[in-house]
Amino acid sequence: MADRLSVSGLPRAGAPRAARGRWVLERALTRPSLPALVALALVVAFFALKAPELLSARGLAGVVDVAATLGIGGVAVALLLVAGQFDLSVGVLAMSSAAVTALLVGHAGWGMWPALLASLACALLVGVVNGVLVVNTGLPSFLVTLATFLVLQGTTLAGVRAIAGSGRISGLDDAPGWSSAATLFGSTAQLGDGRFRVSLLWWPGVTAVATWVLWRTKFGNAVFASGGARTAARELGVPVRRTTVALFCLSATAGWLIGTLGLVRFAAVQVGSAGLATGIDFIVVAVLGGCLLAGGYGSALGASIGALLYAVVRQGITLAGWDPPWFQALLGVLLVVALVANAVVGHRLKGVPRS
Amino acid sequence: MSGDGSDPPRPGLDGVRGLALRGVTVRHGSVPALSRVTATFPAGQISCVLGENGSGKSTLVALLSGLRRHDEGELLVDGTAVRFRSPRAARAAGIATVWEDLAVAPLLSVWRNFFLGAEPTRGVWPLRRLDLDSARATTARAMARVGVPGVDPDQPASRLQAGERQSLAVARALHFGARALVIDEPTTPMTVARQTLFGQTILDARAQGLAVVVITNNPRYAHLIGDRFLLLAGGQVAGTLTREDVDADGLTALMAGGDQLRVLTDALTALHPELGDR
Repeated sequence: MADRLSVSGLPRAGAPRAARGRWVLERALTRPSLPALVALALVVAFFALKAPELLSARGLAGVVDVAATLGIGGVAVALLLVAGQFDLSVGVLAMSSAAVTALLVGHAGWGMWPALLASLACALLVGVVNGVLVVNTGLPSFLVTLATFLVLQGTTLAGVRAIAGSGRISGLDDAPGWSSAATLFGSTAQLGDGRFRVSLLWWPGVTAVATWVLWRTKFGNAVFASGGARTAARELGVPVRRTTVALFCLSATAGWLIGTLGLVRFAAVQVGSAGLATGIDFIVVAVLGGCLLAGGYGSALGASIGALLYAVVRQGITLAGWDPPWFQALLGVLLVVALVANAVVGHRLKGVPRS
Repeated sequence: MSGDGSDPPRPGLDGVRGLALRGVTVRHGSVPALSRVTATFPAGQISCVLGENGSGKSTLVALLSGLRRHDEGELLVDGTAVRFRSPRAARAAGIATVWEDLAVAPLLSVWRNFFLGAEPTRGVWPLRRLDLDSARATTARAMARVGVPGVDPDQPASRLQAGERQSLAVARALHFGARALVIDEPTTPMTVARQTLFGQTILDARAQGLAVVVITNNPRYAHLIGDRFLLLAGGQVAGTLTREDVDADGLTALMAGGDQLRVLTDALTALHPELGDR
């Protein structure tokens, strides 16, 4: 019995391969960013007719200005969604970390770079707290980060008012190290009549790195497995907990980067009640980009395209002279379409029941 | 079948190669799921673990594959006491598991599933990346070896047929199991052809000197392939038999009588506490 038996003699249980055309279609459907790309093309075509100045240099600069910030946060949130987690606190973390930087520079007299490093450390601490709470309590990350959001917003508003006396800290541009920080986070370039900001470079950079990490590294594999099949991941020894905490740190870093870009741009920080909308925008963008809310599926590139879609609609409505609330309505429609499209794709992908 | 990393025989501390449990207790909270279990799963033999639902079979699988840790007693690998911190550690020690649920992520591609948790990489840290070509090639080869040739390693696992997914789980375990193979019989029904392949795989692994542990509900199948049988009931060893001790009918009867045996064991242990230490 111990002899090797010939495997080839046994019938194979495999199916005949699907027809070529269907295979190509299915292959395309496994690209999470495809629906967003189609929607982007439609929306651009529509607004190009309604508001032609959208495609001028000035219009494009406005679009990418909106899209860049959203894209950076959206990409980070997309990675979290792929791992099956939410983060509502990215938007408010941007405000809080900028406020920390501004207080250190404007009131404690720190140099720009030490202050930036300190606020990055604070942001990472928030990320670790988020991650450890989610991993150790098993509470839904939606609620944990909602709590973080409230704590951060309240602390920042009250703290800045108590220390600085008002909600605005300005005059940061005479701090030591300002010019190098301004080069890195605040350069602009004039192209035609449009002023393009350096965030335009940060955004594709973040997207490219995130895409590479997601598809080409062990960490990326762990992210996909943590969201799509947590039991399997645990059984195979994938470090699900460590991956989750790392992702919360990543989204916190994205929040810090967004905050820093804003701080350097205005050389000032204005704290206000941002509302939950800032936190939800990033999730909207990631979902527009094809992330499944259930986890295990999505892409960084999709989230970037989602951010672009969001920005085109917003700028398009402004430029077309419509009443701004229409933006919300149209965004809602896009969101529903994206959710339905994602559900269809997800259903197709999971068509074979998991044993 | 795998051949990767199968070391020449190395006698351990007490000369037993393979896996062994010595008075192992595993508790879920305060309830013992396994209590004072002593058993050996020698290399080059197929040990079948039989028992009803709730008899501690799943806990045994979880213990051997590093998902759970024992509270008392010793887990020996080639005679050395070990305590796995995670399934990753168990895999590193050459113990691979075919899980009851197969542990296949439906949205990941076949090769990503194959290497999940133990991906081959190249390059140095910030640029350390997956070795895609070797991963794809190895996956295709390993799948062909378990009788599923011509699989596109890039297709998502959800597109595999149920049987092909079982083969994926087996191929993976064979590739990573250098020392021991733990097979928790899949709950999904198998065709006869698939079951034949499965059995053949198990026999091949034995021929290569792996310690094979098969967890099954089917005493006839167990008797067909098994060399030794461990009967579990209520988290305790209800019997340890070899192929010479029992025929298929006897094994079936013992399985069916698992409950009575447990009552008997409990009664005897109550009267003679020293029996419980066996």
